[in-house]
Amino acid sequence: MNNSLTNGARLLGAGLRALLALTVLTGVLYPLAVTGAAQALFHDKANGSEIRVDGRSVGSELIGQRYDLPLKKGQQTPEPDLRWFQPRPSNGLGTNSVNTQYQLILSGATNRSADSEELLRWVKEAKAAVVEDNSTAGYRVRPQDVPADAVTSSGSGLDPHISPEYARLQVHRVAERNHLDVKRVAQLVEDHIDGRILGFIGEPRVNVLKLNIGLRELSRQAGTRR
Amino acid sequence: MSPELAGALQLLALIAALALSYRPLGDYMARVYSSERHLRLERWMYKAIGAHPDVQMRWPAYLRGILAFSAASLLFLYGLQRLQHGLPGSLGFRAIDPDQAFNTAASFVANTNWQSYYGEQAMGHAVQTAGLAVQNFVSAAVGMAVAVALVRGFARSRTGELGNFWADLVRGTVRVLLPIAVVGAMVLVACGAIQNFAGIHEVGRFTGGTQDWNGGAVASQEVIKELGTNGGGYFNANSAHPFENPNGVSNLFEIFLILLIPTALTRTFGRMVGNLRQGYAILATMATIWVTFTVLMMWTEFAHHGPALEAAGGAMEGKETRFGIGASSIFAVTTTLTSTGAVDSFHSSYTGFGGGITMLGMMLGEIAPGGVGSGLYGMLIMAIIAVFIAGLMVGRTPEYLGKKIGTREIKLAACYILITPALVLCFTAAAMALPTPGDSMTNSGAHGFSEILYAYTSGANNNGSAFAGLNADTQWFNTTIGLVMLLGRFLPMVFVLALAGSLAEQRPVPSTAGTLRTEKPLFTGLLVGTIMIITGLTYFPALALGPMAEGLAA
Repeated sequence: MNNSLTNGARLLGAGLRALLALTVLTGVLYPLAVTGAAQALFHDKANGSEIRVDGRSVGSELIGQRYDLPLKKGQQTPEPDLRWFQPRPSNGLGTNSVNTQYQLILSGATNRSADSEELLRWVKEAKAAVVEDNSTAGYRVRPQDVPADAVTSSGSGLDPHISPEYARLQVHRVAERNHLDVKRVAQLVEDHIDGRILGFIGEPRVNVLKLNIGLRELSRQAGTRR
Repeated sequence: MSPELAGALQLLALIAALALSYRPLGDYMARVYSSERHLRLERWMYKAIGAHPDVQMRWPAYLRGILAFSAASLLFLYGLQRLQHGLPGSLGFRAIDPDQAFNTAASFVANTNWQSYYGEQAMGHAVQTAGLAVQNFVSAAVGMAVAVALVRGFARSRTGELGNFWADLVRGTVRVLLPIAVVGAMVLVACGAIQNFAGIHEVGRFTGGTQDWNGGAVASQEVIKELGTNGGGYFNANSAHPFENPNGVSNLFEIFLILLIPTALTRTFGRMVGNLRQGYAILATMATIWVTFTVLMMWTEFAHHGPALEAAGGAMEGKETRFGIGASSIFAVTTTLTSTGAVDSFHSSYTGFGGGITMLGMMLGEIAPGGVGSGLYGMLIMAIIAVFIAGLMVGRTPEYLGKKIGTREIKLAACYILITPALVLCFTAAAMALPTPGDSMTNSGAHGFSEILYAYTSGANNNGSAFAGLNADTQWFNTTIGLVMLLGRFLPMVFVLALAGSLAEQRPVPSTAGTLRTEKPLFTGLLVGTIMIITGLTYFPALALGPMAEGLAA
């Protein structure tokens, strides 16, 4: 009994030493070496692909943002600022609500099932809002024209992209709100469409942040306010 | 190009890339585990461990090595989380609660990577990098070691010796996982995955104001999370998070990494037993199931049945725009047919049948191609069962690779295939019968039951993905899923090693005209059939209550 106990302890000690040796290699040296190489070779990407406009950081090319009006008194959720192209809904986790120490961006999906009544309601409400918001005097959006990404939340809740169809659908509204020519805004969208990589990898998409940066530039050129 | 065609082309590109790496990697791993040379770095490690790498172990000694190493890992990782607040680079996060720390330690040591915590707001640099990422390496190396020990059991005769655990553990990490991880991490950074040790910092927003971000050694952890079929995300959204998986290329590359070692190990197996065609037959079985599941998944997701998805006009809930439905379907099937559990889209929002396919993939025992190592040994156990069934049909003593499958062997194989379903079904039943666990469900009805069935299926099979609607951070789920993960990982290993020991002691039986030719397509067909029938018989009633009920109602 005593013998097997010491044997067990000896073996556990060997296991612990093996773990510590492997931790030094894969938990210290390896991440440090990769970080060093990444910082030297791909400095911007390794630090989050931040975009700067006129010297001011406006966010990451990879992390989706909301483009909302300032929160009014008594409002729970802010209304979308319809001057800007709008991203996909994010009904899942958003800004940190659990950890009170930071205002961290938290990622996550809604995890509602295909037969969930709640999800069905969200989709219907989102579709009605997309139709209403994007219809202008001379342009009516039909419900069947609204693409699926416009009314569903993404997996991360931080999807930086929308489909080209959803971007095109917003053109008339954005042009009207910014007093811009519809054709110029439509061209702006076409210029911002990224196709499939090598023609077949991933899906065609539009980066909303880059598109809105382009829109702000266009508004400036057109000499409108802002 | 239609999304369907693009999805099919991505599938073909993936198969081509795997075919190219199959031979060199498979042969390389066979050399690694057969070599008698030690690298200088490895000699240092053996000295630190106090082990003699050339001493051969019989199965009980090999098993004791695994259990001692895993127990030490469990204690270390638990301690690291409990002491987090005092560690450097903790970002100010507090110590993890005991039940959650146990769950997470069990989860990573068992190669499961079930996560009941939110990565970005619970785990600092020290725990992520020196704790969780290390287990991503070594738990994978343990799985490979067990697979290699079983292969040696087939390859050797009239000896009980299965190799040296410490040598297999160190070699798998140093010579196989680490070199691929270094290259792969740089590929992911080039795509846009982050890799830094920044603290939490402010970044500007387009409309003014700021947002708070975590930094992190994400790419270096992401690559081994896929390569080692671990699956634990740095961030809560796992591989759907743009910092983990920035674009379509990184997405396809991550799927490739998941499949790389499990498929190539079949070549290693063929090489080590001295008959490459035996390895091809096993690979063909894995590939048949994987391709069939992927095609079915794409079909059901593009068809998007289900009230909410039909109203939306597409199954985009829980999926990222840059991946789309095709690539997300490939990822979902791959992650559940291996023991990975990383997700680039959320399975809970898949169609009813799509969710059922992810669950069935895990229930097969994750053998097509399965986790690193665990996929191969799981499939070889199934092959033994198939040979046994074929032997019963013709009334002949079954044999596989020149070894007789006698009473002892078939008992061990049967215990192996019973242990996981027993864990899944007993704990699911207990959770459904008790009053409180049900409070954790987000969805009700059939999908609510599926959330719990999925959780225990994922835990017992060491997958780690979730129908994440389930709030699993409760004492009940943290404790029971933690236990299920440990039992589901280490009990099967006991049976595999005992089996390997008993095979290695046998003298080989010469092949005769009456021997079942296990390298032929006929055997592949028999093996696929055996897997589907055994899984079907075990899980059909449970699947009927959950995903099938939901899928048929849609």
